[in-house]
Amino acid sequence: MDQGFFLLFAAVSVITALTVVLARNPVHSALALMACFLQVSAIFVLLGAPLLAVIQIFVYVGAIMVLFLFVIMMIDVREAVLQRFLPGGNLPALVLLVLLGVEMVVLVLWSDRFSIAEPVAIRGGDEVRELSTTLFADYLLPFEAASVILLAALVGAIVLARKEPG
Amino acid sequence: MVPLSWYILLGVVLFVIGAAGVLLRRNILVVLMSLELLLNSVNINFIAFGRYYADFRGQIFAIFVIATTAAEVAVALGILVALVRNKATLKVDDVTVMKG
Repeated sequence: MDQGFFLLFAAVSVITALTVVLARNPVHSALALMACFLQVSAIFVLLGAPLLAVIQIFVYVGAIMVLFLFVIMMIDVREAVLQRFLPGGNLPALVLLVLLGVEMVVLVLWSDRFSIAEPVAIRGGDEVRELSTTLFADYLLPFEAASVILLAALVGAIVLARKEPG
Repeated sequence: MVPLSWYILLGVVLFVIGAAGVLLRRNILVVLMSLELLLNSVNINFIAFGRYYADFRGQIFAIFVIATTAAEVAVALGILVALVRNKATLKVDDVTVMKG
């Protein structure tokens, strides 16, 4: 049952990810990426992380992709549609990608650390409560640092995108 | 239950696809979207390891990755808007100098 759902979500997410890379029109890429994020959030639900699934939908699909679509609307993408890939020899990049993929797959299949089929311990109880206690108690300083990073990014984005005076 | 290696392999496949988008595509917007795909595949790994080794830190790191991604996208799209206003191009190989 779980395996069937996993295979379904994984297949759709891989297909939509390929659509992101191969589509001619950036709008199609953005919509395919939205579908891919939805599949990944379904996979988070399968992994027993419903909070992360909701955050994924809110932040990625709700905020980031809408931001992308707004920028696509603001700028003229028609001239960039004509040529999908970088001109010239892409052979080194392709070789690098194939090497990377083969290496990671071989390492994952070769090692016996990744072959466990069951979680070592199923946690009972209120998982979101425990997660937030850990986040706000043990990881308070990184949490504050992340909020400062978000503030700096907000100010930086406004300054960068503003029209220069005069 | 689904074995852990399946999740890792899904992460690997999404990572390679995202890296292909970053390395091969010509459109800056699609390069940024592929970057999102890369970070998302890493999140799958974090949460899968956290689940299978019964450790919250996977989910916590995934939350931090998502926050950092949001900041990165905001700054990148701001730079992109400023770039298009100055140079009116979306091709990565047209933007090879930082000044002018």
